[in-house]
Amino acid sequence: VTSTVHLAILLFGKHRDIAGRAVVELDLPAGATVGDVRAALSQHPELGSSVEGAAVAVNRRYERDEAPVSAGDEVALIPPVAGG
Amino acid sequence: VVVAEVTERPLDGSELLRRLGGAGDGAVVAFEGRVRDHNEGRSVACLHYDTYRAMANSVLHEIATEAVQRTEASAIAVRHRVGSLAPSEVSLVVVAAAAHRKEAFDACSRVIEQLKHRLPLWKREEYADGTSSWLEGQTPGTEPGSHASRSAHRTEPGQDEV
Repeated sequence: VTSTVHLAILLFGKHRDIAGRAVVELDLPAGATVGDVRAALSQHPELGSSVEGAAVAVNRRYERDEAPVSAGDEVALIPPVAGG
Repeated sequence: VVVAEVTERPLDGSELLRRLGGAGDGAVVAFEGRVRDHNEGRSVACLHYDTYRAMANSVLHEIATEAVQRTEASAIAVRHRVGSLAPSEVSLVVVAAAAHRKEAFDACSRVIEQLKHRLPLWKREEYADGTSSWLEGQTPGTEPGSHASRSAHRTEPGQDEV
Protein backbone atom coordinates (compact mmCIF):
# COMPACT_ATOMS: atom_id res chain seq x y z
CA VAL A 1 0.00 0.00 0.00
CA THR A 2 1.44 3.34 -1.03
CA SER A 3 0.12 6.71 0.02
CA THR A 4 2.42 8.78 -2.15
CA VAL A 5 2.93 9.15 -5.87
CA HIS A 6 6.53 9.30 -7.04
CA LEU A 7 7.00 11.33 -10.23
CA ALA A 8 10.01 12.21 -12.36
CA ILE A 9 9.13 15.53 -14.02
CA LEU A 10 10.79 16.15 -17.39
CA LEU A 11 12.27 19.64 -17.85
CA PHE A 12 12.96 21.50 -21.10
CA GLY A 13 14.32 24.79 -22.41
CA LYS A 14 14.93 27.44 -19.79
CA HIS A 15 13.81 25.17 -16.94
CA ARG A 16 16.55 22.70 -17.74
CA ASP A 17 19.15 25.47 -17.54
CA ILE A 18 17.67 26.97 -14.36
CA ALA A 19 17.50 23.62 -12.54
CA GLY A 20 20.77 22.37 -14.01
CA ARG A 21 19.20 19.01 -14.81
CA ALA A 22 16.69 17.35 -17.14
CA VAL A 23 14.51 15.68 -14.49
CA VAL A 24 13.17 16.72 -11.08
CA GLU A 25 11.80 14.05 -8.73
CA LEU A 26 8.66 14.72 -6.69
CA ASP A 27 6.72 12.76 -4.07
CA LEU A 28 3.09 13.84 -3.84
CA PRO A 29 0.13 12.46 -1.87
CA ALA A 30 -2.04 9.88 -3.62
CA GLY A 31 -4.79 11.63 -5.58
CA ALA A 32 -2.49 14.48 -6.58
CA THR A 33 -3.35 16.64 -9.57
CA VAL A 34 -1.51 18.66 -12.20
CA GLY A 35 -2.13 21.70 -9.99
CA ASP A 36 -0.31 19.96 -7.14
CA VAL A 37 2.64 19.25 -9.45
CA ARG A 38 2.72 22.91 -10.44
CA ALA A 39 2.56 24.02 -6.79
CA ALA A 40 5.33 21.64 -5.74
CA LEU A 41 7.59 22.77 -8.58
CA SER A 42 6.96 26.41 -7.61
CA GLN A 43 8.52 25.55 -4.23
CA HIS A 44 11.58 24.03 -5.88
CA PRO A 45 14.71 25.95 -4.78
CA GLU A 46 15.95 26.55 -8.33
CA LEU A 47 12.78 26.52 -10.45
CA GLY A 48 10.64 28.72 -8.17
CA SER A 49 8.87 31.52 -10.00
CA SER A 50 10.02 30.26 -13.44
CA VAL A 51 7.13 27.75 -13.23
CA GLU A 52 4.69 30.65 -13.68
CA GLY A 53 3.39 30.66 -17.26
CA ALA A 54 4.43 27.05 -17.92
CA ALA A 55 2.05 24.30 -19.04
CA VAL A 56 2.07 20.71 -17.79
CA ALA A 57 1.82 17.68 -20.07
CA VAL A 58 0.76 14.25 -18.82
CA ASN A 59 1.50 11.34 -21.13
CA ARG A 60 2.33 13.81 -23.89
CA ARG A 61 -0.89 15.83 -23.73
CA TYR A 62 -1.43 19.26 -22.17
CA GLU A 63 -3.60 18.90 -19.07
CA ARG A 64 -5.59 21.25 -16.86
CA ASP A 65 -4.75 21.79 -13.19
CA GLU A 66 -7.68 19.54 -12.15
CA ALA A 67 -6.36 16.48 -14.03
CA PRO A 68 -5.07 13.63 -11.81
CA VAL A 69 -1.52 12.29 -11.96
CA SER A 70 -0.59 8.71 -11.12
CA ALA A 71 2.59 6.74 -10.60
CA GLY A 72 4.02 5.81 -13.98
CA ASP A 73 2.63 8.86 -15.80
CA GLU A 74 5.06 10.73 -18.02
CA VAL A 75 4.83 14.27 -16.67
CA ALA A 76 6.60 17.23 -18.26
CA LEU A 77 6.88 20.91 -17.39
CA ILE A 78 6.46 22.86 -20.64
CA PRO A 79 7.81 26.42 -20.69
CA PRO A 80 6.09 28.85 -23.10
CA VAL A 81 6.68 27.37 -26.55
CA ALA A 82 8.53 29.16 -29.35
CA GLY A 83 8.67 27.19 -32.57
CA GLY A 84 9.04 28.47 -36.10
CA VAL B 1 -1.01 14.41 -43.86
CA VAL B 2 2.00 13.43 -45.93
CA VAL B 3 4.74 14.26 -43.42
CA ALA B 4 4.67 15.69 -39.86
CA GLU B 5 7.93 15.39 -37.99
CA VAL B 6 10.62 17.03 -35.91
CA THR B 7 14.10 16.23 -37.17
CA GLU B 8 17.79 17.10 -36.79
CA ARG B 9 18.37 16.78 -40.52
CA PRO B 10 18.66 19.85 -42.78
CA LEU B 11 15.35 20.79 -44.41
CA ASP B 12 14.57 21.32 -48.06
CA GLY B 13 11.26 22.97 -48.85
CA SER B 14 11.53 22.26 -52.56
CA GLU B 15 11.66 18.51 -51.93
CA LEU B 16 8.30 18.56 -50.10
CA LEU B 17 6.91 21.05 -52.62
CA ARG B 18 7.55 18.52 -55.40
CA ARG B 19 5.94 15.70 -53.42
CA LEU B 20 2.57 17.38 -52.79
CA GLY B 21 -0.35 18.01 -55.07
CA GLY B 22 -2.39 15.80 -57.37
CA ALA B 23 -4.21 16.53 -60.61
CA GLY B 24 -7.07 18.16 -58.69
CA ASP B 25 -4.81 20.57 -56.78
CA GLY B 26 -4.62 23.93 -58.51
CA ALA B 27 -2.52 25.46 -55.72
CA VAL B 28 0.45 24.27 -53.70
CA VAL B 29 1.85 26.73 -51.15
CA ALA B 30 5.28 26.20 -49.57
CA PHE B 31 6.66 28.13 -46.60
CA GLU B 32 10.22 28.06 -45.31
CA GLY B 33 11.10 29.60 -41.95
CA ARG B 34 14.78 30.58 -41.86
CA VAL B 35 17.11 31.71 -39.12
CA ARG B 36 17.60 35.49 -39.10
CA ASP B 37 20.99 37.01 -38.34
CA HIS B 38 19.43 39.67 -36.13
CA ASN B 39 16.62 39.96 -33.59
CA GLU B 40 15.48 42.98 -31.62
CA GLY B 41 18.62 44.89 -32.44
CA ARG B 42 21.08 42.12 -31.55
CA SER B 43 23.34 40.22 -33.89
CA VAL B 44 22.45 36.50 -33.82
CA ALA B 45 25.27 33.99 -34.37
CA CYS B 46 23.09 30.88 -34.10
CA LEU B 47 19.72 29.57 -32.92
CA HIS B 48 19.53 26.45 -30.81
CA TYR B 49 16.21 24.55 -30.87
CA ASP B 50 15.30 22.17 -28.04
CA THR B 51 12.23 19.93 -28.14
CA TYR B 52 10.24 17.30 -26.25
CA ARG B 53 10.48 15.07 -29.25
CA ALA B 54 7.96 12.31 -28.52
CA MET B 55 5.26 14.84 -27.75
CA ALA B 56 6.30 17.24 -30.52
CA ASN B 57 5.89 14.59 -33.21
CA SER B 58 2.41 13.76 -32.00
CA VAL B 59 1.36 17.42 -31.63
CA LEU B 60 2.69 18.25 -35.10
CA HIS B 61 0.72 15.37 -36.59
CA GLU B 62 -2.40 16.54 -34.74
CA ILE B 63 -1.95 20.11 -36.04
CA ALA B 64 -1.56 18.92 -39.64
CA THR B 65 -4.56 16.59 -39.36
CA GLU B 66 -6.72 19.41 -37.97
CA ALA B 67 -5.63 21.70 -40.79
CA VAL B 68 -6.77 19.16 -43.38
CA GLN B 69 -10.07 18.68 -41.53
CA ARG B 70 -10.82 22.36 -40.99
CA THR B 71 -9.74 23.83 -44.31
CA GLU B 72 -10.27 22.60 -47.85
CA ALA B 73 -6.64 21.52 -48.17
CA SER B 74 -6.13 18.10 -49.72
CA ALA B 75 -2.67 17.48 -48.27
CA ILE B 76 -0.21 18.96 -45.76
CA ALA B 77 3.46 18.31 -45.09
CA VAL B 78 5.35 19.89 -42.19
CA ARG B 79 8.86 19.44 -40.80
CA HIS B 80 10.54 21.36 -37.98
CA ARG B 81 14.26 21.15 -37.48
CA VAL B 82 15.93 21.07 -34.04
CA GLY B 83 19.54 21.46 -32.89
CA SER B 84 21.88 24.36 -33.66
CA LEU B 85 21.14 26.34 -36.82
CA ALA B 86 23.18 29.13 -38.41
CA PRO B 87 21.60 32.18 -40.05
CA SER B 88 19.89 31.37 -43.38
CA GLU B 89 19.38 27.72 -42.44
CA VAL B 90 15.80 26.45 -42.71
CA SER B 91 14.09 25.74 -39.37
CA LEU B 92 10.56 25.03 -40.63
CA VAL B 93 8.91 23.82 -43.83
CA VAL B 94 5.13 23.79 -44.35
CA VAL B 95 3.56 22.77 -47.66
CA ALA B 96 -0.19 22.74 -48.32
CA ALA B 97 -2.01 21.58 -51.45
CA ALA B 98 -5.62 22.47 -52.35
CA ALA B 99 -7.91 22.92 -55.32
CA HIS B 100 -7.68 26.72 -55.00
CA ARG B 101 -5.12 29.20 -53.68
CA LYS B 102 -7.09 30.60 -50.74
CA GLU B 103 -7.49 27.18 -49.13
CA ALA B 104 -3.82 26.36 -49.68
CA PHE B 105 -2.65 29.66 -48.12
CA ASP B 106 -5.13 29.28 -45.24
CA ALA B 107 -4.01 25.75 -44.43
CA CYS B 108 -0.33 26.70 -44.56
CA SER B 109 -0.89 29.73 -42.33
CA ARG B 110 -3.01 27.75 -39.88
CA VAL B 111 -0.29 25.14 -39.38
CA ILE B 112 2.31 27.83 -38.66
CA GLU B 113 0.11 29.73 -36.20
CA GLN B 114 -0.92 26.54 -34.40
CA LEU B 115 2.60 25.23 -34.01
CA LYS B 116 3.73 28.54 -32.56
CA HIS B 117 1.07 28.09 -29.86
CA ARG B 118 1.27 24.36 -29.19
CA LEU B 119 4.40 22.65 -30.43
CA PRO B 120 6.66 21.78 -27.45
CA LEU B 121 9.78 23.33 -28.86
CA TRP B 122 12.01 26.16 -27.65
CA LYS B 123 14.71 28.37 -29.08
CA ARG B 124 17.77 29.90 -27.51
CA GLU B 125 19.45 32.73 -29.35
CA GLU B 126 23.22 32.78 -29.20
CA TYR B 127 24.62 36.24 -29.87
CA ALA B 128 27.79 37.42 -31.54
CA ASP B 129 29.07 38.64 -28.14
CA GLY B 130 28.94 35.10 -26.67
CA THR B 131 25.80 35.55 -24.54
CA SER B 132 22.53 33.69 -25.12
CA SER B 133 18.90 33.72 -24.06
CA TRP B 134 15.75 31.59 -24.35
CA LEU B 135 13.10 33.41 -26.35
CA GLU B 136 9.78 34.15 -24.67
CA GLY B 137 6.94 32.15 -26.18
CA GLN B 138 3.29 31.19 -25.82
CA THR B 139 1.73 29.16 -23.02
CA PRO B 140 -0.12 26.23 -24.64
CA GLY B 141 -3.81 25.74 -23.81
CA THR B 142 -5.19 22.37 -22.75
CA GLU B 143 -7.71 21.83 -25.55
CA PRO B 144 -6.50 20.74 -28.99
CA GLY B 145 -6.94 23.60 -31.43
CA SER B 146 -7.38 26.18 -28.68
CA HIS B 147 -4.97 28.76 -27.37
CA ALA B 148 -6.14 29.50 -23.85
CA SER B 149 -2.80 31.11 -23.40
CA ARG B 150 -2.16 32.94 -20.17
CA SER B 151 0.54 34.97 -21.88
CA ALA B 152 -1.29 35.48 -25.16
CA HIS B 153 -1.17 39.05 -26.35
CA ARG B 154 -1.80 38.58 -30.04
CA THR B 155 -4.62 37.20 -32.08
CA GLU B 156 -4.34 34.89 -35.01
CA PRO B 157 -6.39 33.62 -37.91
CA GLY B 158 -8.55 30.66 -37.00
CA GLN B 159 -8.37 31.34 -33.28
CA ASP B 160 -12.13 30.89 -32.86
CA GLU B 161 -12.35 27.64 -34.81
CA VAL B 162 -12.35 25.31 -31.82
